[in-house]
Amino acid sequence: MSTQQSWTIGIDAGSTAIKIALYNGQDFFCGQRPSGWSPRQEAQEMLDKAVKEQVAAPSEAEKTIKAIYATGYGRVSLHFANKAMTEIACHGKGAAYLAKEALALEKSLIIDIGGQDAKGIVINNQGRVLDFVMNDKCAAGTGRFLQVTAQALGLEVTDLSTIAEEGTDRAHPINAMCTVFAESEVIGLLHKGISRQAIVAGLHQSIARRVVAMVARLLPREESPILFTGGVSCNQSIAKAIEAELQRPVIVPSQATYAGAIGAALYAWEDQKGDSRT
Amino acid sequence: MSLSRPLSMAHFDMAIPHAATSIKQMKEAGTKVVGHYCVMAPQELILAAGAVPMALCATKEEPIADGEKALPRNFCPLIKSSYGFAITDKCPFFLYSDLVMGETTCDGKKKMFELMSQCKPMVVMNLPPSYEREADKAYWLTEVERTKAVLEEQFNVTITEEAIVEATKVLNAERRLVQSLAKTMQADPVPLSGLDLLKVLWSRNFVFDRAEFAAQVEELIAELEERIQKGEGALPKGAKRIIVTGVPTGLGAEKVLRLLEESGAAIVYIENCAGMKQFLTEVDESKEPLQGVADKYLATPCSCMSPNKTRLELLAQLVDEYNADGVVDITWQGCHTYNVESRILREYLQEKKGTPFLHIETDYSQGDSEQLKTRIQAFLEMIA
Ligand code: SF4
Ligand code: SF4
Repeated sequence: MSTQQSWTIGIDAGSTAIKIALYNGQDFFCGQRPSGWSPRQEAQEMLDKAVKEQVAAPSEAEKTIKAIYATGYGRVSLHFANKAMTEIACHGKGAAYLAKEALALEKSLIIDIGGQDAKGIVINNQGRVLDFVMNDKCAAGTGRFLQVTAQALGLEVTDLSTIAEEGTDRAHPINAMCTVFAESEVIGLLHKGISRQAIVAGLHQSIARRVVAMVARLLPREESPILFTGGVSCNQSIAKAIEAELQRPVIVPSQATYAGAIGAALYAWEDQKGDSRT
Repeated sequence: MSLSRPLSMAHFDMAIPHAATSIKQMKEAGTKVVGHYCVMAPQELILAAGAVPMALCATKEEPIADGEKALPRNFCPLIKSSYGFAITDKCPFFLYSDLVMGETTCDGKKKMFELMSQCKPMVVMNLPPSYEREADKAYWLTEVERTKAVLEEQFNVTITEEAIVEATKVLNAERRLVQSLAKTMQADPVPLSGLDLLKVLWSRNFVFDRAEFAAQVEELIAELEERIQKGEGALPKGAKRIIVTGVPTGLGAEKVLRLLEESGAAIVYIENCAGMKQFLTEVDESKEPLQGVADKYLATPCSCMSPNKTRLELLAQLVDEYNADGVVDITWQGCHTYNVESRILREYLQEKKGTPFLHIETDYSQGDSEQLKTRIQAFLEMIA
């Protein structure tokens, strides 16, 4: 790999995972690790490792890395970044890149469910944000919510999708949307003898219902694509539940978890192009 | 270009601290004080009764815990704060009020006033549901007349027509002055920060001598005009220009405004009741005095009125006049009328102007600051 190449880097310091994306104008190299106790330190280590593996010897890094942009929950703590941008702008940009074929039309909607929040973002085909909504204070319907309820069921979050598939036909409705109340509702249902499969399927439906209600105002025209990104988009059962609720297809781009990091790297790249120093 | 703060702001920095001592002196000298909550309280009548009108601050988080002892927790913070002050004697202004004036603007306040009337003599003005219908206007006039009678009885005075005319002139002049202050914010860079503008308008409630306040504002306007000439600003030229609207956001409850300015936006206009709403229109001096007063206050474009087209039209006009890049609409948790009206306003502005619009629902606590910061920054990035 040529050391003459320029790179930009996007780091998405989310509440549960840190994602990194390295960009050379052509390709992306992405990686992630859990946020841990010190997202800042984790991010620094990750950056050093990624630079060594993908870009150049550390001595070259200065010359080849043109900019590092940070986004996500912990963006302001990453002091080595050249700029911090919100995850809304970066997810918009990243999702537009990941689903470029789909974005022929003027407007698309991104549903992003992360560790702590859920968002709906309307973008144009350049990935520019036109409008957005975000859930308020509570963690209802987010990754955190899934984690807590999975725990109550004695499951791993990663198991939820498969288990829900088995229970979809007899999904049991979950009414509580507050994380704390949902946990006790779930325990109550288990005691009543409702199967875990049916409970998980019900949980997914209620998350889908909530997020669809939140983005209702933003729904684009019939033909416009709807993308699903963020950590929770790995859960195919939720993706299906959202499709069922919307009665429209939903695209989950292959690198959906990295949308924020990719968007940050792309913004850094664009800003560099306008910079005469390069 | 240098970023700086006008020197005349010093008056307003001191207004509230001064007020706490001057109210005591005023009371000792025998002045009568009428506390009021809403900008629909007809202040002309209070002045004409020889009393001093005083806005009762309900913008602090501190008394909310006390308020919650009697009121539901999921209530509007403004109501809980008002009530908390009323029952704890922590607010000198409430304590020193001889009479408290309330308006039935929303169900929460209406019922809270019933509880509050156990602590103080009160006159609660019953608002009609609309400011458009003739029958409602006629009814409101009877409420204004009843309030006048209560004031007369309470203070053992006669409120003459001449006194109302006199008070109207003073307050109308003040309204015009405040409007010309607001106009200076049309400049880019803005000569005054939005938080300082709020401070001036809020201080208005704490400078009890109307002539003194007018002189302070005049001095400030002169300084601002000089700054505009020199291109001096409180925020950088080209900062995103934001109009803030929605519920009252007085000092103590200015969280969202602060987050906006910390994120680099210039607040060029504060439409709500802590801001310009009460100064925007004058009492028509050609009308019969009491009628003129009644009409001005009833026409206040508050979301408690239905329908409330004036607020929509006003905001569309302000977006042009102040060359705004976006509108931020603030709703207190539990305020149903502003919450629903936010959607109506968004759609109206969308259709008329395509103005970027951000709705924020919050309370007086700081717990959601980080999340709000993200939304505000994303909004500013969006309109970049
Ligand atoms: S928002 Fe409405 S109810 Fe509240 S002070 Fe203003 S006019 Fe009165
Ligand atoms: S903000 Fe809304 S709920 Fe609160 S007092 Fe005013 S009108 Fe009532």
